[in-house]
Amino acid sequence: MVLGLGLFYLWPVVRTAYFSFTKWGAFGGSTWIGLGNYRSLFHDHEVLQALRNTAIYTLIVLLAVPIAMVVAAMLNQRGLRGVSVYRVFYFLPVVTIPAAVAIVWRLLYNGDYGIINYLLSLVGIKGPYWLSSPTFALVAISIVGIWMVLGQQIIIFLAGLQAIPQELHEAAAIDGAGPARRFMSVTVPLLTPSIFFVTVLSVIGTFQMFDLMYVMIDPNNPAIAQTRTIVYLFYERGFIDNDRGYAAAIAFLLFGIIMLLTLVQFRLQKRWVHYV
Amino acid sequence: MSDAEAKGSSERAADAVLSRRALLKGLAGAAGLAVVPGGLLAACGGSKSKAASGGATTSASSTAAASGSASSSGSTGKAVHLTCGYWDPNMNGPSQQIAAAFQKANPDISVEMQQTPPAEYWTKLQTAVSAGGGPDIISMNGPNYQLYASNGMLAPLDEYISKDHVDLSPFSQGLRDVYKYKNAYYAMPFNFSTIGLWYNKQLFDDAGVKYPDENWTWDDLKAAAQKLTNKSKGVYGIPATSDPAYMPQEEYYNTIYQAGGYIISPDGTKSGFDDPKTIEGLKFWTDLQAMGVSPSYQQMLDTNPSAMFISGKVAMFYGGPWRAPQWAKANLSHVDVTQLPKGTSQSRTCIHGTAFAINAHSKHKDEAWEVIKSFTSKDGEEAWGATGILIPAYQGTQDVWLKSLPQYNLKAYIDELQTALPYPVSKNTAVWQKDAESILSQAWAGKVDITTAAKQLAAKMNDDLAKEK
Repeated sequence: MVLGLGLFYLWPVVRTAYFSFTKWGAFGGSTWIGLGNYRSLFHDHEVLQALRNTAIYTLIVLLAVPIAMVVAAMLNQRGLRGVSVYRVFYFLPVVTIPAAVAIVWRLLYNGDYGIINYLLSLVGIKGPYWLSSPTFALVAISIVGIWMVLGQQIIIFLAGLQAIPQELHEAAAIDGAGPARRFMSVTVPLLTPSIFFVTVLSVIGTFQMFDLMYVMIDPNNPAIAQTRTIVYLFYERGFIDNDRGYAAAIAFLLFGIIMLLTLVQFRLQKRWVHYV
Repeated sequence: MSDAEAKGSSERAADAVLSRRALLKGLAGAAGLAVVPGGLLAACGGSKSKAASGGATTSASSTAAASGSASSSGSTGKAVHLTCGYWDPNMNGPSQQIAAAFQKANPDISVEMQQTPPAEYWTKLQTAVSAGGGPDIISMNGPNYQLYASNGMLAPLDEYISKDHVDLSPFSQGLRDVYKYKNAYYAMPFNFSTIGLWYNKQLFDDAGVKYPDENWTWDDLKAAAQKLTNKSKGVYGIPATSDPAYMPQEEYYNTIYQAGGYIISPDGTKSGFDDPKTIEGLKFWTDLQAMGVSPSYQQMLDTNPSAMFISGKVAMFYGGPWRAPQWAKANLSHVDVTQLPKGTSQSRTCIHGTAFAINAHSKHKDEAWEVIKSFTSKDGEEAWGATGILIPAYQGTQDVWLKSLPQYNLKAYIDELQTALPYPVSKNTAVWQKDAESILSQAWAGKVDITTAAKQLAAKMNDDLAKEK
């Protein structure tokens, strides 16, 4: 266990930290340059833009949380027929390979022949070329992100919902609360531990999104600057430009940002999470 | 197993038990290695085992290697296993046949042909080679040649060439010059490509336009494109890019040369992108967009223009010889090819060619040389040419290629050879090619004027070239 952890987690982390202080040649061979990479990092406007894109992606995909809550609440009704079928369908995207998901969605988003634009045309809207449009490409990818992560969050919320005692719902109903009121005043507050868990995981995961971008956006896409996430930039710098030292520095910057965001979230939880 | 043969009979009993355990371990190891792509392994810090040099292998020699016995190269009567990396998907079927034929003629050498999709080939190769791995035989092209040769990643071939008295004169001077580095050869020329104008005879007939021929000029093409464009049917004259990934060679390098411009100065220090004639060559494509005879750049990013050509949505298509087997596979009998339309200069097209090189880290360089020698010999080139997937570079073998797909006027590609200018390369071509891709894509998308983009690219490219020194 320790050997596996050390070999596959700790050793690469230490090596990456070391690389971030070096500059690499085209075929390996590194020279120590101290904080040089980090200094260029903070002046690199492509890094800033990639962080901005990643933040927008994260925020949009966080919209999956309220959607998942509502769906989970609906699935949790007693006596709902075909509950297990619904659960399978919602969970299928989670167990589908991201690259396969991206390929299919790329076809769906095709400007001329994709289903999405076809459906839009039925209501008289001419859909844009989603994946090459600077305004819409990131939104298009975020929608796929939501689709992929929804099932997982629903399952977690379902588990959280089971923990809410039925008597509370009945008491609220007796006091005259309708379904919506019950949801807002009974379900949501008691679900906050699950919401917290899901939100933390979502932020950590979406900040590292790469595979969707890699399949759906080509390097000659004019919208690449407005869509590129920070891990995609890491891949570009590390494996296409072969500047491994700089890429390692980007990786550590990302590590620092995610750690910071997670710490902030943990601090804030005291204010809004009700542990029963 | 060769090791068992070498030992005495008294040790064989013990060996049988031991080697079974070792075999199981080896199988598990090979299975594990089969799951991890060779590139990842190499990136994890350079395992020098044969399995890392090109992805999973399932041959018996790899289990022998994994189970701790010495590598099989030294033992007699055992086939040496080589890997050969390439990117062209057209080569998949033919390469298996030719590799099998080679093995029949040379029983102690087996070659495994490994394809990596073009978009990932160079990334994967660079990663593998940096870690001391990579295939034994490497398909090489002009833009990457100097980078690999100058960094000692390719084995020098001059000794082999003189030892086996290989005659290089059947290969054109242009190709030979590309694959020399500091007056030594590090790769053997293999094939060449020029670019031709493909056209859909059906669409031409429907619009009542005469088929293109070798006397066409830019104006002829533009006029025809206008007559052929029929937006109500969703048909366009010509796409302003044949494939967003191949654009330079299939598109604007040709028109730049046709306009009398250049991409890089002969000494490799200055960019030609801000030269007015070069900009004329680039404007050819934005003019087509402005005239409305091409689908928009965004449309072409979503749907590959070659798919548009196959389904009859565009009437003309600038394409390399690798398009011929592509069209043949799609049963396109109503298309044909001719020379590219003339610009103001003599030159019609850009010529490029790939080569085979030996990985400097290969443990079987002698055997790898045998393979390369065979592939690039007169008979070898004829065998490749007969498959129709590439134009052999060996003088006198091209007829075989012409006959391979007789339904197309492939001669057009050969006729363009006289005036073809070489593919522009420098020590680290990939860097400024990437800049060209991202800067010019803004112009193709109509966001930036092409002249501005070209000048911006020239400045960036000059920077990149300066860093090469």
